Amino acid sequence: MGMTVAEKILARAAGRGHVRAGEFVVGDIDLAMTHDIFAAGVFDTLLAHGIDRLFDPAKVAVVIDHFVPAPTAAIADLHHRIREHVERFDVGVFYDAGEGISHQLLPERGHVRPGMLIIGTDSHTTTYGALGAAATGVGTSDMVAAMATGRLWFRVPETIRFELDGELDRWTSWKDVVLAVAGMIGSDGAQYRSLEFGGPGAASAPVSGRLTVANMAVELGAKFGIFPADETTFAYLGEPPTEAPGPDPDAEYLETHRLDLSSLGPQVALPSDVDLVVAASEAGGAAIDQAFLGSCTNGRLDDLAAAASVLAGRSVAPGVRFLVAPASRRVMEDALAAGYITTLVEAGATILAPGCGPCFGGHGGLLGPGERGISSSNRNFPGRMGSADAEIFLASPATVAASAAAGRVVDPREVADG
Amino acid sequence: MDDVMRGRVWRFGDDISTDLLSPGAYAVDPVEVRKLHVLESVDPNFAGSVEPGDLLVVGRNFGCGSSRETAPENLAALGIACVVAASFARIFLRNAVAIGLPVLICPDAQGIVETGQQGQVDLAAGVFENLTTGATAVGEPLPEEMRRILAAGGILAGLTVDDPSPPSV
Ligand code: SF4
Repeated sequence: MGMTVAEKILARAAGRGHVRAGEFVVGDIDLAMTHDIFAAGVFDTLLAHGIDRLFDPAKVAVVIDHFVPAPTAAIADLHHRIREHVERFDVGVFYDAGEGISHQLLPERGHVRPGMLIIGTDSHTTTYGALGAAATGVGTSDMVAAMATGRLWFRVPETIRFELDGELDRWTSWKDVVLAVAGMIGSDGAQYRSLEFGGPGAASAPVSGRLTVANMAVELGAKFGIFPADETTFAYLGEPPTEAPGPDPDAEYLETHRLDLSSLGPQVALPSDVDLVVAASEAGGAAIDQAFLGSCTNGRLDDLAAAASVLAGRSVAPGVRFLVAPASRRVMEDALAAGYITTLVEAGATILAPGCGPCFGGHGGLLGPGERGISSSNRNFPGRMGSADAEIFLASPATVAASAAAGRVVDPREVADG
Repeated sequence: MDDVMRGRVWRFGDDISTDLLSPGAYAVDPVEVRKLHVLESVDPNFAGSVEPGDLLVVGRNFGCGSSRETAPENLAALGIACVVAASFARIFLRNAVAIGLPVLICPDAQGIVETGQQGQVDLAAGVFENLTTGATAVGEPLPEEMRRILAAGGILAGLTVDDPSPPSV
């Protein structure tokens, strides 16, 4: 019996020829990431157990991305302690405040490779599946155990396969695809499962779109969200294609869904669940106070380009705060060089530091009680971006930009074509 | 930890998130403070009235949301003996096992019990019983690998520099 990509990666990590969904395995970890919310606690716990070294410093990554720049003195001190730990433990991969969001940096700077088994103390660690890795979020105790031993237990997940056909139209993006999938299967539709994307539609996806989809796999409950590595993956990595784990032709899937990309238009998730998805044109046109473009879901160069193409020669509606946080310093540099930042600033955007910013309601532009926001990020639970009495709509960069210009939630075609 | 636990039941619904179990506003407070705010927006009396040994019986997707381990940690600090859920969000499930908080997946338990009744959980058999009414619901026995970590008191039990092997390895 053949294996899915998830089964292949876990079998390899466990030193086994074959594993099946439902089995428990102990796998060797190829990369373990923690960020500024949990890093100090993880290293403190290691020291509390008398452990002052990592299983392999080269396989450990620390990123300061959530609170950038430090909004309080206490957080500045937390960051200081993290830097001390990074030095003490000789952490191999460290990105300090201002470099960007972990889920952008690790793929962008070449730390993620097809076939890797990756864990992170962040639920959106699934993002790395865009490059053909099996990557998932864990808590701090699991992370401590993994950093000490290099190993961790996993239940081999069943896999749900999405066969994608057709092509996206100009104003429809991979964010719209993953929102549509959320609408189809619900926010626990892939609980404990691995999502595997294939078919000609998936092959046509640029890595930026794959990162968006894999990022939100966790919003469906999934453990992994995997685009098996192909030529596009290796082109992104800047290398000639080599052997990478793909699914066997007789791999066994729990479910297989088909989705025709050409049938999709811009989508919006309504407050306050990611699976309350409607066509953007049917989102009710709610007036907004804030629009946020950024996050590990949609803060990449392609996303800024889409927003800039909507906003060129237009301005943000009066009374709307339009916040833009590039996902990394490199995205910021490239967007400056391409003129996107100028276009966005001229339209009225406030540019934030590369980092998480308002995405998790931490700092840097929050929603007050009774306010409404539209965001290119991944979560719209009550309280996610500020007040629990604020409402959040999730959408693509183009829809966020168009809504910023219109002052209400709109289909980008209404603004851009008009 | 015993495989069989008896206690008073608290029943809650679906999609109880980590934000409800560990409100962000107290995220960096010590556990003694955090535990006082567990589920406060759902039942303001819960944290003050819960007693060590009590059982939580809940619906689908329990513990959805962030990867914060303070969610199961707060429940353990309140003395919750076991969480019986129709389904768990996966990171919550991992975290509960990692810190040694017993959990049972039992989709039908919620339908046979009310808050205040006495319940019994048999982890090895995967069964929840309402001791007040005698009704039982059969769930999935927890896999042995997870029970071994729970029995040890969590994944970090015994982790030392000389023997850095978690109980699952
Ligand atoms: S951008 Fe948002 S979702 Fe992504 S890691 Fe940061 S806080 Fe989490």
